[in-house]
Order: sequence, then C-alpha cells, then structure tokens
Amino acid sequence: MNCPEDLKYTKEHEWVRLKGNIATLGITDYAQDQLGDIVFVELPEEGEEVEKGDTFGVVESTKSVSDLYLPVSGKVIEVNDPLLDSPEIVNEDSYGEGWMIRIEMDDKTELEDLLSAEEYEAFIKEEAE
Amino acid sequence: MKKTPLYEIHKNLGAKIVEFGGWMMPVSYSGVLDEHHAVRNKMGMFDVSHMGEVLVTGPQALDFLQYLTSNDVASQKIGQCQYNLLMNEKGGLVDDIIVNRVAENEFFICVNASNTDKDFEWMKSHSSKFNVTVENQSAAFGQIAIQGPLAKKLINRKNCSLDEADVGHFYFSKAILYGVPVTLARTGYTGEDGFEIYTAADQTAKVWNALLEEGKPAGLIPCGLGCRDTLRLEMAYPLYGHELNDEITPLEAGLGWVTKLQKGDFLGREILIAQKEKGVSKKRVGFIMQEEAIARADYSIFNGEEKIGWVSSGTFSPSLDKKIGCGYVDAKFSSIGTIFSIDIRGKKKKAEVVSTPFYRK
Repeated sequence: MNCPEDLKYTKEHEWVRLKGNIATLGITDYAQDQLGDIVFVELPEEGEEVEKGDTFGVVESTKSVSDLYLPVSGKVIEVNDPLLDSPEIVNEDSYGEGWMIRIEMDDKTELEDLLSAEEYEAFIKEEAE
Repeated sequence: MKKTPLYEIHKNLGAKIVEFGGWMMPVSYSGVLDEHHAVRNKMGMFDVSHMGEVLVTGPQALDFLQYLTSNDVASQKIGQCQYNLLMNEKGGLVDDIIVNRVAENEFFICVNASNTDKDFEWMKSHSSKFNVTVENQSAAFGQIAIQGPLAKKLINRKNCSLDEADVGHFYFSKAILYGVPVTLARTGYTGEDGFEIYTAADQTAKVWNALLEEGKPAGLIPCGLGCRDTLRLEMAYPLYGHELNDEITPLEAGLGWVTKLQKGDFLGREILIAQKEKGVSKKRVGFIMQEEAIARADYSIFNGEEKIGWVSSGTFSPSLDKKIGCGYVDAKFSSIGTIFSIDIRGKKKKAEVVSTPFYRK
C-alpha cells in the first residue's frame, strides 16, 4: 500500500500534511481501497471551529457511510469543493487532488499522537491479519 | 461462515469479500460502478449460489403452495417462473420467492439466502395438513446469473443444447451447458435480460469459468453484491429485510400485483381483504433526494417536525447519477410529487416521491 513518507497518519486511516501551522487532511490509499467506489463526500463549512476526536464529515460508498475524524483541533480554513461533485477523485488521487480540508491548528502538541508512514504501514498490516 | 463453490475463484479474481446472510460473498471485483455499468450496457456475471432451493412435490403440492402464498400458482404454466410471496397468518411476509413449476405437482422454489432455513422450517411446519413433501435442496445447487443486454448471446447452440430464443421471459428449461446439466431460468434481479443458471454444486466452477472465458472478449465481467444492490434498487425491486419483513403486507409493499385475493383461501388473506377495503395506512414509495445526501435504511422520514415514515433502502444510482431510495410513509404522503424530508444523521434533507422503477430503458 502506498504511504508517502512525508505525511503523518492516524489509526482512522487519515493522512496529515503539515506546513507551518496548517494541516491538510485526507484519507489514505488503504482507506479508499477498502471503501471501493466513493460516491459521496460530506465536508464541514469553511470557518468552522473543530476539536480533535470529533468527526468532520463522512465519505460514502454505495453501501456504507464512514465517518472522518479530526486528528487535530483548530479552524477549517479551506474545503476541497470539487470533491462534492466528483467524489471519485478521492479514489483516484487520495494523497493529492483528493485532499479534503485544511485546518489552522490550535495546538501543535496534538501532532505527537500521529503515526509515521512506517508505523501506519505496520498498523494496516496488523489490521489485515 | 458458509462459502459457495466459487469462493476460491472470487479470491483469485481479486474480489473484495464481505459477509452476507451467513455467507462469504464477493461485494465487488473491478468496482461497484464499473460492474453496474457493465450489466446495464453489456453483461455481467454473478455468483448467486448462496440462494436457497426448496423442492415441493406430492399429490397436493399445488394446494399446499396456494395456501402458503399470495400469487395464483394454479394459473402458472408448467415451465413457467412466477414471482410469489410466502405469507404468514398476520398478512405479513415470510419471504419473496420465485416458484418454478416443473410439473403439475412439482415445484422448484428459489428463496433468499438469508431466509433459506426459515422458509424451509415454515413450509415444513405447514405441510402436515397436505399430502406433500418439502425438501431443502440448497446444498446440492450452485447458481450463476448472467445479466445484461448481451447476456443472451452466451446461451447458444455452440455451447448449449438450447438457444436463448428457446427460453422466454420468466420461463425455465433443463439444458446441457458446456456438457453440464443445468436449469436455465430467464429471470433476474437487475432489470436487464438474462438468465439464472442452476447447476449441481460441484459443477458450478466449470460453468462459471467456461462462461467467463467465452464472454470476456465481448465484455463479460464478474459482478458482486455491491452492484446487485444498486441495480435492483434502480428497479425498485424489494429486498427482504429492507422493503419486506414479517409485519409488512403485500398491499403496503406495492405488491398487490402478485396478490390474488380471488384465488381462494391462503394465509393472511382475511387480513388483506380487510386492509384492501379500509385502505392501507402506510405505503412503500420511491424517492429521489433533492438535496445532496444519501438516505440509508432506518433513517426517519418527516413532514415538517412530524415523523411520517422510515427509509427501507437508499443508495447512489449510477445509471441516473442521483441519490435514490425506497421507504414507507403514511399513505397520505405517498403521491408522486410529494416532498418530505429525511433525517440524515441529524440534518433534514429534502426528497421527492417519484414513480418507480427509477430506471427505464
């Protein structure tokens, strides 16, 4: 499974790209593969204040609804609107064009709980067993 | 967990496997959307070996089935398939089934995978009053469905003792396919032309592999339960456990067309007669979401603040590119064009009642 080295990961199969105070979030290649064809994505509004551990939306296949979880707290500063019309972008390019939201972080110490690419790869290997 | 004779084949084809009704089944191979479009535009092949097969024979087999079901079995010709409902005494549904009339008093019944044991026990428990034998033959059979506008080309004089033209819509016939004795039924759960092919369990793999080899160059792909659900919901075909259960009556479910109250006595008939006279209080409807959201089974339906029903099934329709669903609402909200709202995880989203099937060629 594809797990870019420069990203951080969560056990809920999200990735985090960090740049200064801004965190970009999406779901991993493993997650999109498990879900199959994604037909709907629900994302928060720009400007929303969000808390680590809360859900920030859902990603849906024809049969299932999966919650998206926040690994950090802060303010939603950007939402990837094209996903609302073309949810399949998440399947096609989960780490690139399939990014979901950008958050201005409140507390960078929350990042300590995130997994490295290596740790995430080990985690999904365990899950598969 | 039960496995069909084709389980290893599915794994080798890279299928995603999911548990369904006690069976490990392929949910998709190349993707639900890809498979859905293949069935609508070319052809797809499904492993439906998990379905159950019950044989009903004996001098009173016809009387027995007339009593247990809603449709008029007496009117069914030999060689004909009939969609029917297994009833209970409350006027509710034990299962929806396809009855195949093999002879005057010999019936081969296909039942839902999740209800096989229940249906068999139910039929057995009512059989003592009739001179009839009921056998659960499910383990002896495998079943493959080929569905799509091109599917009929797979049944031809080169590979089969019959040509597709020999088996009309909702008829069945014994045949030899790739040297294997089969029963070919011109039935399906997708809204497309095609066949459901019954084989001996240990011959299923041979037939599957041969069909895939022959059909692949013309576009045949294996299809799983994921697209089976999107296809059937586009046709507003009911799924037991969603649109149908032991409390819902055929009249509420929109299945009056397979409910022949005049045929004579059957389980639940009195309840249905009374319901027909009074009018049903709740009705199944098809709806299309008017706001961006997908309704899911068991979500509540509202008229303003008042709860008026519930969603029985919902999905994204690949052929319509819309979010569709079925549900039950108070009869006064069941007219085409009615707008109601559905509670989608805490937010109410609008939907409009439409005529079904959603998909028409």
